[in-house]
Amino acid sequence: MSILLSNISKKFGRFSALNNINLEIPEGELVALLGPSGCGKTTLLRIIAGLERPDQGRVLLNGEDKTEQHVSHRGIGFVFQHYALFRHMTVFDNVAFGLRVKPRRERPGEHEIVKKVHALLELVQLDWLHDRYPDQLSGGQRQRIALARALAVEPSVLLLDEPFGALDASVRKDLRQWLRNLHHELNVTSIFVTHDQEEAMEVASRVVVLNQGRIEQQGSPSDIYDHPANAFVSRFIGQTNVFTPEQQDDAWLATFGLQPGKTAHVRPHDIDIEKSSEQDAQAILKDWQHLGALIRVELVKNGSNDRFYAEMPNEHFKRLQLDKGDKVSLRIRQAHWF
Amino acid sequence: MSQSNIMPGFRPTLAFTLLYLGLVVLIPLSTLVFKSFQLSWEDYLSVITNDRVVASFRVSFVTSLAAAAVASLFGFIIAWVLVRYPFPGKRLFDALIDLPFALPTAVAGIVLAAIYQPNGYIGTLLTDMFGLQVAYKPLGIVVALIFISLPFFVRTVEPVLQEFDSTMEEAASSLGATRRQVFVRIILPNLLPASLTGFALAFARSVGEYGSVIFIAGNLPYVSEIVPLMIITKLEQYEYAGATAIALTMLVISFLLLLVINLLQLWVRKRSGQL
Repeated sequence: MSILLSNISKKFGRFSALNNINLEIPEGELVALLGPSGCGKTTLLRIIAGLERPDQGRVLLNGEDKTEQHVSHRGIGFVFQHYALFRHMTVFDNVAFGLRVKPRRERPGEHEIVKKVHALLELVQLDWLHDRYPDQLSGGQRQRIALARALAVEPSVLLLDEPFGALDASVRKDLRQWLRNLHHELNVTSIFVTHDQEEAMEVASRVVVLNQGRIEQQGSPSDIYDHPANAFVSRFIGQTNVFTPEQQDDAWLATFGLQPGKTAHVRPHDIDIEKSSEQDAQAILKDWQHLGALIRVELVKNGSNDRFYAEMPNEHFKRLQLDKGDKVSLRIRQAHWF
Repeated sequence: MSQSNIMPGFRPTLAFTLLYLGLVVLIPLSTLVFKSFQLSWEDYLSVITNDRVVASFRVSFVTSLAAAAVASLFGFIIAWVLVRYPFPGKRLFDALIDLPFALPTAVAGIVLAAIYQPNGYIGTLLTDMFGLQVAYKPLGIVVALIFISLPFFVRTVEPVLQEFDSTMEEAASSLGATRRQVFVRIILPNLLPASLTGFALAFARSVGEYGSVIFIAGNLPYVSEIVPLMIITKLEQYEYAGATAIALTMLVISFLLLLVINLLQLWVRKRSGQL
């Protein structure tokens, strides 16, 4: 189901959580709402679900205006950040809940419910836990049960609020991959909220970056990474070195090709370094760290303490034969100006 | 035990607990038992099977159960209102709930009797409109007991309701549940254990209540005499052994009833995966 949001605004007291949000999500996409905490992303998700009412604006699902409709009639599946599993019910009863509360004429027979619930539990690979209670499960298992429960009612939109936020790193990695595959399999329009840019880039086919209640940019992950629309997006997505004319003097910036008078954002992997024997080389290698396949090099401007970073593959760094304290010359491959 | 236990302080705290239990609870209660042993088995039976005593047992337990049930219903609604809705004067209202804790119960009894007696403020209304007499009837006992036991239920359920994860309600709504279904299938089951505790406390308080009841009950033999009154009556007639016999019986019945409620609560908790 496609989603269309027009002119959505929401205030909590005097705090403006969302400001004139316009967003269109085509059917079948897996979209990430990405932003720092307090940017309004969860509020937006809750407005789409009908758990929150916008002060202004409309929510259209499949072209139908659903702004005034109660959450129970919207046909959405919502997965909560802390799972919100029913503590007093077994895993099986949790998943079956959505089917059992249907009005009698729509409700499937008990036999069908049993079959369907087991099928869903198999989909999330947890059928063997069907008679446990939520308190007896690990975080990752609860998350998958919450997802199975939401899928039981065959929602036309799946909304996930920080789905991996409360999990530890390795479980999170597995579940990301798993969510992507699941989306591929079911092809239900899905939106998930996250503050983790890596997660958004890895899982989503489309990323919407929010900040202070506004949409800063939307597009495919590579679009957003390669062509950030503004300084906020550039700093928020991935690592960036910021060179401002106020902080660094123009003459120094000009020596490695940065235009004077403008703020430049340079990704660490867009900085090339070379050992230099010149006394007035542009920078000094202060330190370096091993990040797996990459080496992060900590540099300071020659004669000051302005710190910035370059990244390069392991092999490349070895070939340069650099040591702490060496003077280096810089070359910028690519920069964004704002 | 003390070697393998990580938490320090097991011995002194256990010793203190036993000392406290002994001095304050067990020694007085066992004295009660020993005192009643002064009676032979036949005498004991004749004391507690006395028609008037049996009637008082019936009055006490029936009114206490009724009061605990009503206090639970009202208490649930009050706790709900206090936790869920903001309204002006909420703090004042909240403080009023605790008042029966602090008030000497005899004062409450006198006030209740005054307004519920046939020519009192509420008494006249009830008599005129429904032909209902509250004071000097078992119904009056129930009213007094509700007044006394209500805060026990409210204060037991309120914190649990406060801690209740309301995203469970949102989750249920998002799965298509109506408000009624959310209440019956999600909220009630989660509050049931605390409600049972609240009920048990309200009941226990009601069974032991004396001060407020005697003023409103009318104390008619066979009709509105409660067990504590029977005990006092025996004491006033210097029949100490008879008084302890009644007290002991009451203690055993109360203990069994509370045990049943606790087992029920355990069962509910187990069934809902909270243990």
